[in-house]
Amino acid sequence: MHQYIFDNYTKNDKSSLIPIMQEVQSVYGYLPEKVMKEVSGYVGLPLSRIYGVATFYNMFRLAPLGENIIKVCRGTACHVKNSANLLFAIENTLGIKAGETTKDRKFTIELVNCIGACSIAPVITVNDDYHGRITTKDIPSIIKKYSGKQKAAGIEKAEEAGTV
Amino acid sequence: MVELTINNLQVKAEEGMTILEAAKSVGISVPTLCHLKDLVPSGACRICSVEVEGMRGLIPSCAYPVSEGMQVETNSPRVRRARKTIVELLVEDHPQDCLICVRNKNCELQDLSAVYGLREHRYHGESKEHSVDLSSPSMERDPAKCILCGRCVRVCNEIQKIGAIDFANRGFQSIVTTPYNKGLSQSDCILCGQCILVCPTAALRENSSMKAVSTALQSKTKYTIVQIAPAVRATLGEEYQMPLGTDVTGKLVTGLRRLGFKKVFDTNFAADLTIWEEANELVNRVKEGGSLPMFTSCCPGWVKYIETKAPELLAHVSSCKSPHEMEGAVLKTYYAKKLGINPKDVYVVSIMPCTVKKFEASRAELSEHTMPDVDAVLTTRELVRFFEVAGIDFEDLNDDKFDDPLGESTGAAAIFGASGGVMEAALRMAYHTLTGEHLDNLELNAIRGAGGIKEATIPIGGLNLNVAVVNGIGNIGPILDEIKAGTSKYHFIEVMSCPGGCINGGGQPIHQKTDKVLQRMKVLYDIDKKSVKRRSYENESIKTLYKEFFIEQGSHRAHEILHTSYHERKI
Ligand code: SF4
Ligand code: SF4
Ligand code: SF4
Ligand code: FES
Repeated sequence: MHQYIFDNYTKNDKSSLIPIMQEVQSVYGYLPEKVMKEVSGYVGLPLSRIYGVATFYNMFRLAPLGENIIKVCRGTACHVKNSANLLFAIENTLGIKAGETTKDRKFTIELVNCIGACSIAPVITVNDDYHGRITTKDIPSIIKKYSGKQKAAGIEKAEEAGTV
Repeated sequence: MVELTINNLQVKAEEGMTILEAAKSVGISVPTLCHLKDLVPSGACRICSVEVEGMRGLIPSCAYPVSEGMQVETNSPRVRRARKTIVELLVEDHPQDCLICVRNKNCELQDLSAVYGLREHRYHGESKEHSVDLSSPSMERDPAKCILCGRCVRVCNEIQKIGAIDFANRGFQSIVTTPYNKGLSQSDCILCGQCILVCPTAALRENSSMKAVSTALQSKTKYTIVQIAPAVRATLGEEYQMPLGTDVTGKLVTGLRRLGFKKVFDTNFAADLTIWEEANELVNRVKEGGSLPMFTSCCPGWVKYIETKAPELLAHVSSCKSPHEMEGAVLKTYYAKKLGINPKDVYVVSIMPCTVKKFEASRAELSEHTMPDVDAVLTTRELVRFFEVAGIDFEDLNDDKFDDPLGESTGAAAIFGASGGVMEAALRMAYHTLTGEHLDNLELNAIRGAGGIKEATIPIGGLNLNVAVVNGIGNIGPILDEIKAGTSKYHFIEVMSCPGGCINGGGQPIHQKTDKVLQRMKVLYDIDKKSVKRRSYENESIKTLYKEFFIEQGSHRAHEILHTSYHERKI
């Protein structure tokens, strides 16, 4: 399913690594190890280097996203309204850290610098929904609300391709 | 030539030299960490910083070329302060456990901390938390001790051309690791240990077998036998400040007896035995049209490499076990029977210059009914630690001789430890097998020395035998490509993973002295030169072994005991 990506690049051209990785990620939503092994063979760079690049840049992800993406705003306005506590509560409730995805792939936590909704600080978003002026007490019910949602597109695609 | 001033000394330097090289040439030492001789400077660590007149910041001397009229200060108060701060920051983010560290007294970070006079902890930051990678029987990775100098990464990438490890993450989270942080055993690392040899700290080290060996030595039921690889005798003296190139064979035998081994044998015996089988295999392949070129199989790093990277070519690899495995197999069959002991009670320890040999000893193919041919492998470095614990003053030991019969060997076996040696030894034998005559020119200079790929053509009978020696796994690429393309002209190819061969193996003494490879090689070539017998077919004990046990080369029994098989390795 990704062979066509390679076709656009010359074999053993090391400078094509990042563009290829970006395309792979846009197809799968993350960088499956199996596909990265093929990329390694195609661009002629060791897998260790590719892993290094993948972990250096924030834009790349090594694991598929959860069905629901929780973004916690860490901008100044939210910060003074104690967004650190919100993050802490979310991490504790889900048992994962920011940047990680739960084992059942239901949730991923991400940090953002400013969501641009300072008027309702502290604010988090879940998928496309804004939850503003909340406290740690609101977290369990918010999470519960999304626990039944269906799979994200990236996961379906990855499962089709047998890469997860 | 350009002229410059370094610390008020007038210095003449060649154009293109770095400030560091120019300083060294007049006896001025500048500390380095990320720098590796012969590789392009990376300029990452800044410990080599110097002041250059007219330049604002400090300049990394390892990466900066000299120029006419340049005025350099390598040791001004400003330079020393900067270096001290670098060292302090490294030390603060490093476990404070020198007392229990395997590199205690042989650590560049420790040395720098002493030189720059660290007497207190001025910075108290968060320390990295990392777990030790214990996934491989050969090596351990301890990222907490890593100072991120990148030397291992560069050796693995640029010299060995494996690329098993690299930097990952960034900033404070930076780490040198395997792909997906999965551990060496699940990477394409060949466990050659070349990275250990360049690591300034204990972040990379062997997986020690000292405890197991010590237990066996104390056991009442185990009959412990030890064997020594050709390359160990050429280097162990360096750990005792003997001059590079000292042969310590005799002392080694005495020392091992004192440790309590019941028999002290020589892997050189099995090197001769390997030649009997391997030369025979080559002759058969040439005569009967088997897969050619044939590759040597003594180096388990190379075997792991081809199993991982080019399994379709495995038929080209000789089926001979490596010498110490052959020795182990003979000890647990022929010799145990001779002594009348249960092979299960025989405990074989190999003293090897090599880290991969530990992995090799654990291969299922190299054990009979779950009884391994070799029970434990110690590196040269581990043996030195053993001697220390046992209170043995190595320098003062008398010379002694190996036990018989697995202690006899010829000059051909001695040179196994130098790149090109296995090839030379095999040719001496193959020549005899094919023509019935002795090869006159015993020293094949074309395949000695430090070249990356060394080749020769040897006329044998009516045949011109084309041979190649791959000196360091980083040179294997083009050779494999040719075979895949069907254009290889070679009949026989020796491959050693470590540049220089086993004398520069990953289990050898660690120091950054230059020219060690050639000096260590010389020890082995001298042993050969001094030997009365220099051809493996002159080894009397091996003749007896065939007469009493194997009957002939390539016999059914020889195949069962002395040969092995390989398999594709997926990572
Ligand atoms: S042991 Fe050899 S292959 Fe493995 S990481 Fe070190 S240098 Fe690379
Ligand atoms: S493991 Fe050793 S050689 Fe490699 S970067 Fe760390 S300190 Fe340097
Ligand atoms: S060349 Fe020798 S020391 Fe190096 S990996 Fe091979 S067998 Fe071991
Ligand atoms: S040794 Fe020069 S920058 Fe590291």
